[in-house]
Amino acid sequence: MSPMLSRRNLLQAGSGIVVGLSLSGGQVVGQTTDRLPAYLANNPRLDAWLRIDANGDATLFTGKVELGQGVLTALVQIAADELDLPIERFGVVSGDTRISPDEGPTAGSLSMPESGTAIQFAAAEVRHILLDAAARRLNVPMSVLRTTDGVVTSPDGRKITYGDLAGGEVLRREATGRRAPKPAASRRHVGHSVQRIDLPAKFQGEPAFLQDERPEGLLHGRVVRPPFAGARLVGVSDSQAAGMPGVVKVVRDGSFLAVIASDERQAMLARDALERAARWEGEAPEVSHETIHEWLKSRPSDDSRIFSKTDPAPAAERVHEATYRRPFLMHGSIGPSAAIALLDAGEYVITTHSQTVFSTAPAIAQMLGVPVASVRLRHAPGSGCYGHNGADDVAADAALLARSVPGRPVRVQWERRDEHAWEPLGSAMQIELRAGVDRNGDIVDWRCDLWSMPHSTRPGGEAGNLFAAQTLAQPFAAPPARAIPAPSYGPDRNAIPAYDFSRQEITTHLVRDTPVRVSALRSLGAHANVFAIESFIDELALAAAADPVAYRLRHLSDPRAIETIRRTAQSFGWDGFVRAPGRGRGIGFARYKNLAAYCAVCMEAEFSADSGVVTIVRATVGVDAGAVVNPDGLRNQIEGGLLQSISWTLKEEVRFASGRVLSDSWAAYPILKFSEAPPVDVVVIDHPDAPFLGAGEASQGPAAAALGNAVSDALGVRVRSLPLTPDRLRAAASGAIAPRGKH
Amino acid sequence: MPVSLDIDGEVVDVEASQDDLLLWVLRNALRKNGPKYGCGAAQCGACTVLANGIPIRSCVFPLSALADKKIETLDGLRAPDGGVHALQAAFILEQAAQCGYCSAGVIMTAAALLRANPAPSDQRVRQALDGNLCRCGSHNRVVRAVLRAADMMAGR
Ligand code: FES
Ligand code: FES
Repeated sequence: MSPMLSRRNLLQAGSGIVVGLSLSGGQVVGQTTDRLPAYLANNPRLDAWLRIDANGDATLFTGKVELGQGVLTALVQIAADELDLPIERFGVVSGDTRISPDEGPTAGSLSMPESGTAIQFAAAEVRHILLDAAARRLNVPMSVLRTTDGVVTSPDGRKITYGDLAGGEVLRREATGRRAPKPAASRRHVGHSVQRIDLPAKFQGEPAFLQDERPEGLLHGRVVRPPFAGARLVGVSDSQAAGMPGVVKVVRDGSFLAVIASDERQAMLARDALERAARWEGEAPEVSHETIHEWLKSRPSDDSRIFSKTDPAPAAERVHEATYRRPFLMHGSIGPSAAIALLDAGEYVITTHSQTVFSTAPAIAQMLGVPVASVRLRHAPGSGCYGHNGADDVAADAALLARSVPGRPVRVQWERRDEHAWEPLGSAMQIELRAGVDRNGDIVDWRCDLWSMPHSTRPGGEAGNLFAAQTLAQPFAAPPARAIPAPSYGPDRNAIPAYDFSRQEITTHLVRDTPVRVSALRSLGAHANVFAIESFIDELALAAAADPVAYRLRHLSDPRAIETIRRTAQSFGWDGFVRAPGRGRGIGFARYKNLAAYCAVCMEAEFSADSGVVTIVRATVGVDAGAVVNPDGLRNQIEGGLLQSISWTLKEEVRFASGRVLSDSWAAYPILKFSEAPPVDVVVIDHPDAPFLGAGEASQGPAAAALGNAVSDALGVRVRSLPLTPDRLRAAASGAIAPRGKH
Repeated sequence: MPVSLDIDGEVVDVEASQDDLLLWVLRNALRKNGPKYGCGAAQCGACTVLANGIPIRSCVFPLSALADKKIETLDGLRAPDGGVHALQAAFILEQAAQCGYCSAGVIMTAAALLRANPAPSDQRVRQALDGNLCRCGSHNRVVRAVLRAADMMAGR
């Protein structure tokens, strides 16, 4: 389908589901501004954001894209409020580099504060322009006019529709930012019940995904990937594949090897034949998932002290140390990546589910050696991505194939093993913590050294970040991974504790070599860092014979952090917890990026000594995302993140050896199943007057920590390496000699 | 040689061979949108359709195994009166997805469950869906939606 959502799919409110958002990201709601919101300043033409046709229906143009997070619905709500036009009269054009405003990547929980604010101001100004036009036509002052559902009414009852007013040049002008958005009290949609506009089509078998687009003359492509990272194609006898039924072309450029066929099944069979005929050579580092952490520490690293603090405090009486590890993790999208490309009249049009259409287009142009203006990316929804998966790489694959069959659209569908073996992984990490405690057991010194590979190799306009481009006869070298600076950080995201320890030293050791592909996975380093910090805090609480919740509160002064922990623990029933044999409870807390949503998780887990299996009995998650205007969307994201984090923490580890990913199927890389998902209670802590705080990634770290702490509590022994698999837990439990603490 | 298939209540002849896999025939020749490609190996459930009411993984079934079977896909799922099926309505009411890529397979699996067992327990729903993977963490919403659909179908 086209990225234009049809109006009949725009359902209105009424089911008790509330979607909404705060709009205050840096702007004061309901006031004008001398400075335009950033995205509006970059794209000041109003008709770049909104157009109204002769029927009075509106089209909203946005650079943000739907990833399953509900962003398009939220943006339409905002525009609908400011324009006084019903939600179902909006269509949306999203993520088209030719016609959508460039709003950067759809990532980092920034869509609402940044994009939402831009659209709010643009729509407010459009309404003002329409009112002004109506006032002239009706020859009355603007102040006496009312707007309702796309109709302007004068006091004497004369009516004029937006469709009548919006013709011609009227919206072809630049935004001034001088038209105040509505105050919260007069909004009808933001903060009220609106269902996701994209879901009905997905539930009813209508075309809703990129995979459902079937342009006329569509050809099907498959790519033969190297057997291991760094392998070079030294020979291929392609005659068999080339002669197979339906095969249009075998494409080879250096080590990039692919086939185009008129039927998808034929493309798959030809790909298999090509794979058998290909000979590869090369060397890969002798490291595996079993040795990755030693390897990581043995490599040259860029070391930086990201934080230090030396407040006066008593000397430490005792020092504790512990080391925590996370393996490589996979995004594991249920739908392997896909893209459709067409080269027509010198222009490439590429349909993609990329998160970064605006910066992937120039990367692909560079790879193809064509001007940026001749590559157009248009977004269509794919499977949930949770970060940088194969989406951009398959878009590059499709472009390379389209080049060889001008005038014909080619869809490249990665197969399951392509996605498992070649999606960029979330980096393995090692975190070494050291704490000095005073005579009460309170923490006075905190030292953290963390080792990690990069957490973002997104295309960013550079061909060298595209997998195919690295393998061409004229290859593009991968550029050094960009550092993600303070305050968000990358590997070191959330490495700085939220606690008030007097003396702190946090050092990041970034290793740029990688034995497998790596990039951004939801929450970047925060998952491992919060797991480590919060596990260690529990260990220190145990040493101090303190209750883990009380011990945390002793070290916190941020009132919202305290409230989040208290309310979550209370709702979970922390204090009245009755311990059953084999059961334990745990808590984990973090404020995402130390600047976004606050999130605490409590879990109860049961450990079976026989099987080694952990059952999560229940989970409570508390979240303070500032002004909560979208409780249902927030709950959906927070619970989804928590369940995904449970899956990572309990079950997942990418196994690999000598550059070859061994976890190349769901059988080899199991994830959380329906019967393993615990009941989850989400407690939303509303701060209506506070700014919106990004929350889409907030529960990853706290969920991992709560789980680790609950498991260790049930076992009576600490397990510091992820995942918490039955083998690992049984081994730990059987070696358990340390008596359990009495918390 | 055209192969005759009974899909969503219609008998259709498709240009295909007997060893073609049902998923690709549904998606490409018959332009069905519901059944999704996820793994091609009967490991994720995204491609689930019903064959004589039984959920099958269409990615591994050749047409030869489906002669005389009635195939149902999400595209053809309707309430008895031809309107929106209770499962589809309940999934909207519960907003039971994030990306929705798993939804087609999940809904078809649930449809088979509810025909066999109109009032399943929470646990029974989870068991039935254990072969359907959801990476977005929509599990609990999905279970609520299936239970709600069961209630709606029973007029509760
Ligand atoms: S695509 Fe058939 S089970 Fe995964
Ligand atoms: S909703 Fe995205 S995989 Fe289930």
